[in-house]
Amino acid sequence: MSYQRVKFYQTGTFTVGNRLLDEGDRTVQARTDRSNSLNSGHRACQGCGEALGARYALDAVMRATQNKMVAVNATGCLEVFSSPYPESAWQIPWLHSVFGNAPAVASGVAAALRAKGKTDIRVVAQGGDGATVDIGFGCLSGMFERNDDVLYLCYDNEAYMNTGVQRSGATPARAWTNTTQAVGTEPGNPMGIGKNLPRIAMAHGIPFVATASVADLHDLETKVTKAMSIRGARYIHIHVPCPLGWKSDPAQTIKVARLAVESGLFPLFEAEGGVVSDRTPIRKQVPVEQYLALQGRFKHLFNPRDEEALAAIQAIADRNIHLYALLPTKPAMET
Amino acid sequence: MKQQIEGSQAVAQAVALCRPEVMACYPISPQTHIVETLSRKVKAGEIGNCQFLNVESEFGALSVLIGASAMGARSYTATTSQGLLFMAEAVYNAAGLGLPIVMTIANRAIGAPINIWNDHSDSMAMRDAGWLQLFAEDNQEAVDLHIQAFRLAEELSCPVMVCMDGYILTHAFEEVDLPTQEQVDDFLPPFEPVQVLDPQDPVSIGAMVGPEAFTEVRYLAHHKHLQALEAIPRISQAFQDIFQRSSGGLLKQYHTDEAETLLLALGSVNGTIKDAVDDLRTEGWPVGAIQLCSYRPFPSHALRHVAHNAKRVIVIEKDLAVGNGGIVSGEVKLALQGLPTIVDTVIAGLGGRAISKAAVIDIVKAACLEGLEEPHFLDLNWEAINRELTKQAEQRRSGPTPENLLREIGLSSGKAL
Ligand SMILES: Cc1ncc(C[n+]2csc(CCOP(=O)(O)OP(=O)(O)O)c2C)c(N)n1
Ligand code: SF4
Ligand SMILES: [Mg+2]
Repeated sequence: MSYQRVKFYQTGTFTVGNRLLDEGDRTVQARTDRSNSLNSGHRACQGCGEALGARYALDAVMRATQNKMVAVNATGCLEVFSSPYPESAWQIPWLHSVFGNAPAVASGVAAALRAKGKTDIRVVAQGGDGATVDIGFGCLSGMFERNDDVLYLCYDNEAYMNTGVQRSGATPARAWTNTTQAVGTEPGNPMGIGKNLPRIAMAHGIPFVATASVADLHDLETKVTKAMSIRGARYIHIHVPCPLGWKSDPAQTIKVARLAVESGLFPLFEAEGGVVSDRTPIRKQVPVEQYLALQGRFKHLFNPRDEEALAAIQAIADRNIHLYALLPTKPAMET
Repeated sequence: MKQQIEGSQAVAQAVALCRPEVMACYPISPQTHIVETLSRKVKAGEIGNCQFLNVESEFGALSVLIGASAMGARSYTATTSQGLLFMAEAVYNAAGLGLPIVMTIANRAIGAPINIWNDHSDSMAMRDAGWLQLFAEDNQEAVDLHIQAFRLAEELSCPVMVCMDGYILTHAFEEVDLPTQEQVDDFLPPFEPVQVLDPQDPVSIGAMVGPEAFTEVRYLAHHKHLQALEAIPRISQAFQDIFQRSSGGLLKQYHTDEAETLLLALGSVNGTIKDAVDDLRTEGWPVGAIQLCSYRPFPSHALRHVAHNAKRVIVIEKDLAVGNGGIVSGEVKLALQGLPTIVDTVIAGLGGRAISKAAVIDIVKAACLEGLEEPHFLDLNWEAINRELTKQAEQRRSGPTPENLLREIGLSSGKAL
């Protein structure tokens, strides 16, 4: 297929400026009547991907439900930076119970709404990668398995950030964290371990699973909006760089997120009923090194260069590209 | 209507009459018959639009109810033992959030060694979680306490555990007077939450609180329990007005007037204790009994009022604070502080060991005539213990203690195990 590269100078990216779009296609955030689920004044670090992702996702839920929504939050950065009493930044009904139970609490909210016949009010549960792939995994799987009417949003910053950057089951290969230090024969998080929660979610056969990134906020909003048009258990896994834990420049959060997508390390796709139904192609694959080099947590791979590790991480990206057919020229891998 | 019915069935009927809206349950003996019956009732459409969720764990079960209750739904579950410990984090959380959930505890021992029979170690482990804890003496009281529990919980916005002895009550067939729906509706108003997740009026529930206000928030939780000291007898009286029988309250007295020695216990063993008191009184012993119905809040004032003239209070408790002794007796001592009353601790009935009337009578006589060592373990097999202690002293790899004891007790009783 031949295509023409178009550059939009107002952003320097492939994002189409809102002004060029139909009224209906413009981002939720670009509208004059946009809501403010998560208000300014919260205590997230500068350049926090999680704060950005949460606000875009929840504002999209508010729009999709005409504000008839409830959010349940797991313990973690998002909960802590948004809620210190009495300065809650939330403009929506919001409930935090403990670290590992947000999916079950949300199931309870949904059950209460069913019991009361108020099914016009919708429920969202949200948590970090630790809350989702590790400690809350049992409750999450239960919520999926029962197909409860809950949208679960995982903000994946690839470690336990709120407790000071420790390894989670979503920490990538060879990343430094405070419990996978850059020392020893294989510095950082070991290769070949960890979980892929979007695929585990798909294996439950739930109606909708998607990945998204703060690199493409319009895509994030679209996926959230689509999720809200569906009933049953839905899961969106959102890649959210954490400048503090990744040792990256707060001003580069979007760039870092974009390189994760464009390298193939964080594939963007949708799945319905357990089958991949859509994906966002990469127009030009960038080498993983470009992504890794912006983050201090991978510094030990470059000083001196760890060719073996860099090749192994590149292979992960290449495999994703193959698996999800992210490059127009390459067909999907048999799965 | 009076029926010959299993305790679990009776409790399930009572819970159903309270019109719960969300239940989430996870099976564990001896709670299973309660939740099985409720699941059938919900599926048959007998409890309105009630939702019954089969969840993946007890932690999940109570977490579901935290969400449901915060959404304004009347919420119920039942568990025991390992299940209660598995949900521990959510147990504290539900109370901290002030959510009026009602939970049956089919009291059972905690392992290891794993043991499915009755004692009170489970609910005692959660005694400081902030839940009210009411103990039933028999199945009639278990039924009645559940109905009172919903009203109490919702009035105070505080969760309530109704504790009933596993197997001894849950699996016993007794005559129980089951109330009518009209009576229950008369007694129990619809749930009107003090806080609710409402898109029309959004609030943040469960926000972080730092040192500047945490103590005050905790005090207010304590204050709720102080209010419960007044609410429990009032609600028990309101119950009596409608149902024409007395159930619950802070504590119950049996021949306490002029009694020099008082026995004090929680739960079903009070039946045995009352029989022992009868026999002892016929023999001329000035004995009485106190049944503690409310363990949380602990009715210190009422207890002091009842016991201040007694020479001795013998606390028979089905739990053990390892390394210290009695849990309940410690609190009784605190309540009677400054009085000359002697408080004895008798650890009894652990892991389902039967507490016989004869043993209760003997212990009262021994206490009054010779005094008791503190704490006293009822019916302890010293022979088996000493053999095991000797073995442990003699060889480093003495092996797993429970298995050794089983073998020794099997040998000493002449049974091949
Ligand atoms: C049961 C329990 N274990 C541990 C903690 C400590 N803890 C609180 S937040 C957190 C890390 C959260 O990590 P994640 O879910 O990835 O969210 P993030 O802060 O990275 O956004 C941990 C370990 C806790 N609150 N509760
Ligand atoms: S530590 Fe990371 S996730 Fe947490 S607030 Fe800071 S940037 Fe955001
Ligand atoms: Mg994280």
